[in-house]
Amino acid sequence: MHETDMTKALILTVRDWWEAQPERPQISHVHLTVGQFTCVEPVSLQFAFEVQTRNTFLEAAKLVIQETPLIAFCHHCQQEYRPEIGVQYACSECRSPLEDIRSGRELKIDRIEYCSDSAESYASNL
Amino acid sequence: MHQTFDAALGINLLHANQEGADHNRAHFDAWGITCLNIMSSPGAGKTVLLEKTLSALNQKLKIAVIEGDMTTELDADRLRQYNVPVIAINTGRSCHLDSKMVAGGLHQLEHQYNPSDFDLVLVENVGNLVCPAEFEVGEHAKVALLSITEGEDKPLKYPVMFQEADCLLITKMDLAPYLEIDIDRIISNVRQMNPNATIIPVSAKTGEGLAIWFDWLQSQVPSAQTTSKTQNLTPV
Ligand SMILES: Nc1nc2c(ncn2[C@@H]2O[C@H](COP(=O)(O)OP(=O)(O)OP(=O)(O)O)[C@@H](O)[C@H]2O)c(=O)[nH]1
Ligand SMILES: [Mg+2]
Ligand SMILES: [Zn+2]
Ligand SMILES: [Zn+2]
Ligand SMILES: [Zn+2]
Repeated sequence: MHETDMTKALILTVRDWWEAQPERPQISHVHLTVGQFTCVEPVSLQFAFEVQTRNTFLEAAKLVIQETPLIAFCHHCQQEYRPEIGVQYACSECRSPLEDIRSGRELKIDRIEYCSDSAESYASNL
Repeated sequence: MHQTFDAALGINLLHANQEGADHNRAHFDAWGITCLNIMSSPGAGKTVLLEKTLSALNQKLKIAVIEGDMTTELDADRLRQYNVPVIAINTGRSCHLDSKMVAGGLHQLEHQYNPSDFDLVLVENVGNLVCPAEFEVGEHAKVALLSITEGEDKPLKYPVMFQEADCLLITKMDLAPYLEIDIDRIISNVRQMNPNATIIPVSAKTGEGLAIWFDWLQSQVPSAQTTSKTQNLTPV
């Protein structure tokens, strides 16, 4: 599935960052934001990450996925509402169609948590 | 000393694919080509629609096809009968075309033909309602197909595809008498998330709606409005 490709892209991006750090820190957590209105399944992503980071500089890193809900803004009612995915997307008050998505489309690498101890042993694994 | 730090990245996971899509679009624009990304679940009728389209518009527009058939050349072979270049991309086990695969196809087109001769590139994506919507390939517009045998609820279950579509074809309309299907419900379900798409009910079998589809298609191709690229293709 495409979670494999996404994980590849994720690892490449993190590696770029890591290689740009002079001390090659040990990464403990990679934080992602994944919207509920995307094609990404967090469980599959988690699994692909575990498999693909074995024996790499990310072996000890945990993937932390924060899911964001689908939130839309209705311009007619001038207020936010939460569409019910799979059931109802139009505004529950006035039935205006879903147009302005305020949250739920994110697929983002937010931040990396790392320790100050340098990790020589991991660097040699690359 | 053991201290933890944070580095903010804020990078989109699809960043690399997006860059590739922009690269492809720049090629298309430089060549004066319009590119459409055609998507649906398996078997909704993409290849049959392409066959009808090629046979109707072949004389009016210079068309090439990029075929994202999973593992076989079956679809590509069907389309080659219409004497248009069909570039088959073996997507292996991938469940969608990405911009890199399409870039490979474009560079092939560039080597075998003069790409500026073309008006239109039609990309048949892998049959899948989920992720092709998420992976732009450099298209100027997205076309989604939903066959009436799939049920009224599919737009609700696979909203991203239907939200992103610029044109939705409701296909296999000839089967309507045999099914309990409410076409208006399909349309109102799509309208919940996409008030602007052009929605065209069609049947490749009876020809219903195809003229409207051809008109829409041609309206997307600026080079068809001015001087269509009329010369015959000469392989180089
Ligand atoms: N009755 C009827 N059958 C159709 C119509 N369009 C396509 N079909 C049939 O639906 C089946 C699938 O059509 P294809 O064009 O191969 O579908 P596809 O979307 O290209 O399929 P994949 O590439 O495998 O995802 C074939 O048996 C077609 O003959 C139609 O308008 N009416
Ligand atoms: Mg096909
Ligand atoms: Zn409202
Ligand atoms: Zn290029
Ligand atoms: Zn996919």
